[in-house]
Amino acid sequence: MKLSTEEYKKLWQKKSPPSPWYKTVPAAFLTGGLICLLGQGIKSGFLSAGLSEKVSSAAVSCSLILLGVSLTALRIYDDIARFAGAGTLVPITGFANSIAAPAIEFKTEGFILGACVKMFTIAGPVLTLAVTSSVIYGVICWLGGVL
Amino acid sequence: MKKGDVWFFDKDIYIKEYASCVGVKEGEGPLRDGFDVIGEDDRFGESTWEKAECRMFETACRKAVEKSGLSDSDIGCLIGGDLLNQCISTSFAARDLGFKTLGVYGACSTMAESMALGAALIEAGLEEYVLCAASSHFCTAERQYRYPLEYGGQRPQTSQWTATACGAVILGKEGKVRIKAACPGRVFDPGVRDVNNMGAAMAQAAYETLSRYFKDGEKKPEEHDLIVTGDLSEVGAAIVDKLFRLDGVNLGERYGDCGLMLFDRQKQDVHSGGSGCGCSAAVLCARILPRMIKHELKRVLFCPTGALLSPLSAAQGESIPGICHLICLEDAE
Repeated sequence: MKLSTEEYKKLWQKKSPPSPWYKTVPAAFLTGGLICLLGQGIKSGFLSAGLSEKVSSAAVSCSLILLGVSLTALRIYDDIARFAGAGTLVPITGFANSIAAPAIEFKTEGFILGACVKMFTIAGPVLTLAVTSSVIYGVICWLGGVL
Repeated sequence: MKKGDVWFFDKDIYIKEYASCVGVKEGEGPLRDGFDVIGEDDRFGESTWEKAECRMFETACRKAVEKSGLSDSDIGCLIGGDLLNQCISTSFAARDLGFKTLGVYGACSTMAESMALGAALIEAGLEEYVLCAASSHFCTAERQYRYPLEYGGQRPQTSQWTATACGAVILGKEGKVRIKAACPGRVFDPGVRDVNNMGAAMAQAAYETLSRYFKDGEKKPEEHDLIVTGDLSEVGAAIVDKLFRLDGVNLGERYGDCGLMLFDRQKQDVHSGGSGCGCSAAVLCARILPRMIKHELKRVLFCPTGALLSPLSAAQGESIPGICHLICLEDAE
């Protein structure tokens, strides 16, 4: 039977199983929460070691990035992410993974043209938009100060 | 003889021999006993994934020639393809194999395309033996079409797992399975834009090719022991079944899909099922042909399906055209 595009769309959407949110949402909540708890633990450690509040926060970010990159290099991060979903994608460890993964993957095309060029294929848009918006925000703040 | 869209081969053309070479995950699946070579790892001893796929392609071809008892000089030509840009797996493997080579691209329908062309060359009397092969590799396909392997993204339920597999068959004038007919596919685009739902994009093409074969070939589905599509997997196979039901035709138990046969979906985390050129090619060589030789299947429609997209076309918002080529196989005895 000849189906119209709309009829066919209804058919394939009906036959396509949805994401099992009842499993993925709790898994993301649990894993994301555990990463935050870990971050808080590291921060408490830095604070008790005598670091200031501001320096501790930056040190926590650095520690979690190091952890994300290390787990990616050890080929463990994607296995955790398969269970955790957004739980490992949203925290800063996910950002670290999105840069480390292509760097590892494309090193076969050489250090410069492979790893360096392809390193930002996933994280590139985040960096571009973050830098651009920070510049715009800076200009607005500066204009506010001048006026 | 041509009738409508169907090519009937009047000369007796047979599958003389076949072989398959697969990766670790495929070797752990339900068809593990049917594969000729299972890699110790998916690198096949090479330094890059692309070289690994070439090695796998070459291994399957060499194994098929070895099993056939033919010498390299007997092979008229190699017709093969894969999923990589510029078909490098086929070309680079052919560089070492040394056969006359015709590279073809039909995405995951490549195996049937190469077999149809190979049979046509023999029918025309231009070649005596033609080696037909198709391969895909999970790791090369991921880095070309999707994300780096270590990237921690989740796959939707409709996504499929590209098989690390290569199947190779030698067509000739003697053998136990006969190639009776072929029905080259037309390209259909049902407007699906979801690159994680290839089954939906290709299902209509499979339905159209099968329908035209039943009409032009004057055959009914019940005259076949097995009707098998290439890699529609759970979503696409359900759509094909439904489209035929709307026509009042029940394909029933005789209908299957290679993407659902290659992996154990409950245990192997492949979501909707397997895909890739190598999926249908390896299932043909590991499961379908051995069953035909044991006379468990008398007449089979082998219908690999291809999603004719590129990463570029998908990024530009184009919908995904699908194609399906059909090969009719018969027990020669």
